[in-house]
Amino acid sequence: MLYAQLFWEYIKNYAKTRLTYRMDFWIEILSDMMFQFMNLIFILIVFRHTPSLGGWSEAEVVFVYGFFMIPYGIFSTFFSIWNFSERYIVKGEMDRILTRPAHNLFQVLLENVDPPSLIGSVVGAIIMFVCWGELGLPFHIMDIVLLAVFVIGAVLVYAGIYTALSAISFYSDAPTGIVPLMYNIQNYGRYPVNIYNKMIRFVLTWLLPFAFVGVIPASYFLEKKADDLSQLALLTPIVGLVFFTLGLLLWNHGVKRYRGAGS
Amino acid sequence: MMGAYLDFIRIRFITMLAYRVNYYSGIVIYAINIGAYYFLWKAIFGEQQELAGFTVAQMTTYVAVSWMARAFYFNNLDREIANDIRDGSVATQMTRPYSYLLVKMMQGFGEGLFRLLLFMIPGMIIVCLIFPVKLPTDPMTWMIYLVMLLFSFLINSQINILTGLFAFFVENNEGMMRMKRVMVDLFSGVVVPIAFFPGWLAAIMKWLPFQAITYLPSSVFTGRTPGSEIAGVFGLQVVWFVVLLVPIWFTWRAARKRLFVQGG
Repeated sequence: MLYAQLFWEYIKNYAKTRLTYRMDFWIEILSDMMFQFMNLIFILIVFRHTPSLGGWSEAEVVFVYGFFMIPYGIFSTFFSIWNFSERYIVKGEMDRILTRPAHNLFQVLLENVDPPSLIGSVVGAIIMFVCWGELGLPFHIMDIVLLAVFVIGAVLVYAGIYTALSAISFYSDAPTGIVPLMYNIQNYGRYPVNIYNKMIRFVLTWLLPFAFVGVIPASYFLEKKADDLSQLALLTPIVGLVFFTLGLLLWNHGVKRYRGAGS
Repeated sequence: MMGAYLDFIRIRFITMLAYRVNYYSGIVIYAINIGAYYFLWKAIFGEQQELAGFTVAQMTTYVAVSWMARAFYFNNLDREIANDIRDGSVATQMTRPYSYLLVKMMQGFGEGLFRLLLFMIPGMIIVCLIFPVKLPTDPMTWMIYLVMLLFSFLINSQINILTGLFAFFVENNEGMMRMKRVMVDLFSGVVVPIAFFPGWLAAIMKWLPFQAITYLPSSVFTGRTPGSEIAGVFGLQVVWFVVLLVPIWFTWRAARKRLFVQGG
């Protein structure tokens, strides 16, 4: 209950800060849209030169992209902690967080909550919906339930990985810079993973399971392919829970080790 | 005076050196990036021998070279400048007897040199061992490429500086910086060579500076640009470098008049 109340207070606070910089708010929404559009351009350009990508048609790859946008938008809303290391460790703001009773990760996340990112999820859902029709896929009521389960699982996968990455800053006192480097890797899980070699496929499925935020759950709704990825789809929530738990454990352990910055 | 600027390069280089261990993990991540695109392109080629004038071998080399070049010219000057503006330290820096923007450029260059020596070169060696990359044998091509790479850095940094300076006008330019990063990656040709773009988009790209960052140098290095055109391509980079100085000068002038420090 305390957490729900805190959440509400932070959102109100967010709205107030945002209303100070109104212009910026719109620029951010525009840039988010541009960002998604750019990624879509890549797919559109590629399919001008080939009819299929590892046996997947353009509409199918776009469908996967649409799915991917939904958890990505939710994740970006609640986990926009890209500069955690700089802001909280280097500048020492973590000390302030730790003096308060609510869970520290919860506070950090709430301080950085970014609701405009949710618009990406809406656009993704529309893209998926359009492709659904274009591909003539059957529709069952259960699909909505499964979609929700997959989206939650995918958000947890993201949350776990980025919580773990942020937690690294507790162990290394230098800014790690690893998050921006990782930035591109999360995109590869959107493409049919069967095109990669075993190693990359393994990394994307089990080590940095970005395939579970894109192609694997999305394949559940598509026509079955030769190397049936959709068999793995039902694992999405489990992988999500496992990775989120691991991320949280690493974070909590890191916080215990945290000694505060010098300044 | 020049000596002071050189010191900025040196200091940034040494600062980066202190954090070098972090960059070894970066090499692995870049290798994964290159690997992912290598397989992505292989799947796109499928049975086809040639696409948009690229053979599979050329594509592999193009991908590897472009990503490793990105490791060199990439920097966060936009974020650094935006942070200086937001926390107000830009005001103090303006009172100092050096050019703020030139200092930023030098710091970026120090970072670039660090990345060149400790990231790009070892990374390239590793990538060459894993993937069928074919580097040119003519030393002249290497020389030309290195000069072009320097201009890649200059042009990319200029775009970063411009983006960073926008923080003067929008207070928080996080969204713009994100947009810029994606635009540079896509339109510079790291992700897709411009030859693959549909006609109208390729035509627009010809009039934008992004191609000068990756596409032009990588095309020269992979031998796709005929010898007779190399001078013209290099000239284009120089032209963009000079042209971009104009908006930076205007923005900087307008920005100094507008400066108001928010708290701090």
